[in-house]
Amino acid sequence: MSRIIISVYVNNQSGVLNRICSLFSRRGFNIDTLSVGETEDPNYSRMTITMDGDDYARLQVVNQLNKVHDVKKVEILELATSARRELALIKVGVSSETRQDIISAVNIFRCSIIDYTPEAVIVEVTGEATKIDAFIEVMKPFGIMEVARTGLAALQRGNTCMLDK
Amino acid sequence: MQMNGAQIIVETLIEQGTDTVFGYPGGQVLFIYDELYKYSDKLRHVLTAHEQGAAHAADGYFRGTGKPGVVIATSGPGATNLVTGIATAMLDSVPLIAITGNVPCDLIGRDSFQEIDITGVTMPITKHNYFVKDVTKLADIIREAFQIAMSGRPGPVLIDVPKDVQTAVTEFIPKEKVKKLPNKFVNEREAEEDIKSAAELLTKAKRPFILVGGGAIGAGLRDDIQEFADRTGAYIGSTFMGLSCIPTDNPRFLGMVGMHGHYASSVAEHQADVIFAIGVRFSDRVTGNKAKYAAKSTIIHLDGDHAELNKNINVEIGISGDVNSVFKKIVAMVPSKTRPDWDAQVADLIDKELHHNYKQLSTLNPKVAFDIMNEIVDPETVLATDVGQHQMWAAQYWNFKEQRKLVSSGGLGTMGFGLGAAIGACIGSECKTVLVTGDGSFGMNLNEMATAVSTGVPVTVVLFNNGVLGMVRQWQTLFYGQRYSQTTLNRKTDFVKLAEAFGAKGYRATTPEEFKAAFEEAYALNGPSIIDVAINEDEFVLPMLPPGGSINDIIVEK
Repeated sequence: MSRIIISVYVNNQSGVLNRICSLFSRRGFNIDTLSVGETEDPNYSRMTITMDGDDYARLQVVNQLNKVHDVKKVEILELATSARRELALIKVGVSSETRQDIISAVNIFRCSIIDYTPEAVIVEVTGEATKIDAFIEVMKPFGIMEVARTGLAALQRGNTCMLDK
Repeated sequence: MQMNGAQIIVETLIEQGTDTVFGYPGGQVLFIYDELYKYSDKLRHVLTAHEQGAAHAADGYFRGTGKPGVVIATSGPGATNLVTGIATAMLDSVPLIAITGNVPCDLIGRDSFQEIDITGVTMPITKHNYFVKDVTKLADIIREAFQIAMSGRPGPVLIDVPKDVQTAVTEFIPKEKVKKLPNKFVNEREAEEDIKSAAELLTKAKRPFILVGGGAIGAGLRDDIQEFADRTGAYIGSTFMGLSCIPTDNPRFLGMVGMHGHYASSVAEHQADVIFAIGVRFSDRVTGNKAKYAAKSTIIHLDGDHAELNKNINVEIGISGDVNSVFKKIVAMVPSKTRPDWDAQVADLIDKELHHNYKQLSTLNPKVAFDIMNEIVDPETVLATDVGQHQMWAAQYWNFKEQRKLVSSGGLGTMGFGLGAAIGACIGSECKTVLVTGDGSFGMNLNEMATAVSTGVPVTVVLFNNGVLGMVRQWQTLFYGQRYSQTTLNRKTDFVKLAEAFGAKGYRATTPEEFKAAFEEAYALNGPSIIDVAINEDEFVLPMLPPGGSINDIIVEK
């Protein structure tokens, strides 16, 4: 089992997200993260999906996605040749004793505080999923109130485009 | 020309070559039915007793003709009644166009009367589906639906049209009939190499075996496969869906393989050193225990659906693309050769099969009934079945002569499929149709006898009546300690009177002589009939490869 990152160009229409997600559950695959948004061409959306799976799952998921009428292109992104980012918003409780420690951690992790009240802050953290996991671990002792993660966005490195290939 | 959506639906169906639709009217398709009334000289509508029957009829229409079937139903329950029919078509790769009405757009999402999200419901059981909001896109959506349904691996497409889209008016521009799309998965260079390797393997093979599936029928390879087997000494087996591709009396054809396949065919498949599988998907009913399936064989898999390669079975060579042209390319490179050792080995298997004693329990039994029917029917007769023991007996004993003459739910195994499908196949093919069914399956959708009578189709229903759900009972006998939980029907249905109540002819047979007389008369009728055939409740379908078993576990005698 290993992590699989799938990039899918789909028609930008209502119902397509449902079609893709139902395919995953129907074929017995479990989506870990999913992010979706319009691409350079407003007719298409790019879905970036991560899941755990073996070689069989890799093959099946690509083959089955290719059969969906609304799918224009499917590509598996390899760790070595892709750029990946995830964003998380983390709300942490603060007090006068913990405030400085939290701000130090925010600086070290190159995050930013985007909301501030005397009782709580919201920290925006961007990076690889592992960095976000690490930051969450650091924040846990201070009391995490809420977390919102976007899921992974990823692109192939270099000057090629997915649709050109 | 300015037209409303309902008229566009009918015009586009006719433009795409549809001559018959099956369906059932209702509140949200009234405008479509109004147009069907006006177009009744150009487009025939067959009214069924239930939408499920209409869906199966449209499916049977394709299986009998090779032309896409079309079914129309209203919103809500009309649409949900299509679901089993659509799923049946999906699993057997049948191009079916389902058109449903829905409540007007401003009532969508409000749980209005007879509103259902049918595109949501049918998403996993259609190749694609549409919810049409804009009348200007309606005609092209219908055209695209036909194209999707027929291209690549065929399958059902549903189009949901709200009532206000049916009344909205737009310009209709007639277009040509759509063409099938080419298979987009072919990697030319890789395929060329695989084609060469496949040809080499088949040339070197000592014991070649060809396994044909439904995809071989779809690709129109009947004559090519027989010719290839003849000149190379290969033997041919079939999946259930591949039956009727090769005539039963071809000496190189060993019959169906798998759970209830012919002994010689299943064993020859196991002993083959090269299996050339064409248009199959290696279902669990074919393979049994996957780890032990064809363990000594090299498999060449040719299919129209790229996703089938290495899905159920790992194969040495998998080629997706246009099955017809790829097959022809491969065999053109394989020289003719006799394989006397393989012939002798197979002859021995056939001899063994002939000596199996299946011990029929009464004089009127399924084997005898099929022997009688095979003698009487014309070669172009369509055989329809339901699902259960009778279906497997049909697969084993029916003498298939022409292609597209088997109408049966293989993948989904839909009990209650047969009668609607038989009516659709009969109407489409204009050939006499025999429906072999059981009292269990027939009981599920026998309401379609009303349709058989109203359309006057020559459908002869041969009902194997054993008072039990025979296939489930067989499993209970073998694997559940003879605990016959809920499989003994205790019904008192008089099928002769039932036939008469519907306005059809009814017959009863308890001996081979009675059956022969009844079948001769019923088959000669120009209308529907039911023959109630009494068989023993403990008659088995044999051989049987137990679920998850391998060739060594095959049960040949009771």
